[in-house]
Amino acid sequence: MNKKNVMVLLGGILFGFGLAYSGMTRQEIVLSFLQLKDLGLLFVLGGAAAVTFITINVIAKFLKTPLLGGEFKPRRLPFSRNVIIGAVIFGVGWGLSGQCPGSAVASLGTGNLPVLLGLAAMFIGAYLWGFLDSRR
Amino acid sequence: MFPLGIEPYLIGGIIAGIGVSLVYLTTGLHATQSSFFTTTLSWLSKRKHFQKERNIKERNWRVVLATGLIIGALLYTLTLSPTGFWTTSVQLWRLTLGGLLVGFGTRFSKGCTSGHGISGLASGSKTSLSAVIVFMGIAIVTANIVQMLGISP
Repeated sequence: MNKKNVMVLLGGILFGFGLAYSGMTRQEIVLSFLQLKDLGLLFVLGGAAAVTFITINVIAKFLKTPLLGGEFKPRRLPFSRNVIIGAVIFGVGWGLSGQCPGSAVASLGTGNLPVLLGLAAMFIGAYLWGFLDSRR
Repeated sequence: MFPLGIEPYLIGGIIAGIGVSLVYLTTGLHATQSSFFTTTLSWLSKRKHFQKERNIKERNWRVVLATGLIIGALLYTLTLSPTGFWTTSVQLWRLTLGGLLVGFGTRFSKGCTSGHGISGLASGSKTSLSAVIVFMGIAIVTANIVQMLGISP
């Protein structure tokens, strides 16, 4: 494995550890947040976004280029109708199942095998969008 | 509002953020998740959408990232977790139908809770901010409707 992938693996391990630690990998906890019974999940998103904000806006500017080469590009996508329509569809799925892509993948590591069905369905959903997008 | 306190949530979020930061500072890549489905499908589908150069280029490291997420959650389960291995009791039809909408919607929207929620917000993207407000608002409405219909777990 090249150096880049080693760092992606290490970062992914921390990412997955944090998601499990915070309870994001448990659909019941996510649903109790969405039912507004336990607002703690705001701190997961807030904590992760705040750390990453400092990384992108302060540390990366100080380093100038990534340690293994390449360039820093903040993730700013142009606004489009698709972003919003897609977010509506994603929101219905998240609210129905308590699963989002990262937390569903990480959830496998907690032994939560039923989520395999959810992940298979995510692949099918992503395929359907790709199928439609290829025809345009 | 916070029956379990805020500590586990905040600490978990910070650890996740450090993981995303480590990937960014060393490689310049954004450790976001929903693209993983599209880039992985590029091995299976010849359709134009999946065969974009970017998807081919990213597909290896995105599998590595997903593997890392699983290993990280496994390490937590084997060490600090008070309950150990765990299985959801949310009904399978909810996981399946929900998953279908999550897969379709996140690719349509070009991001998910990590892409728009972590990397997008941290990049100061107004597009991502609008996406987060919409998907979180809709998810809250949906979860409450499902609960009102008496569907549980």
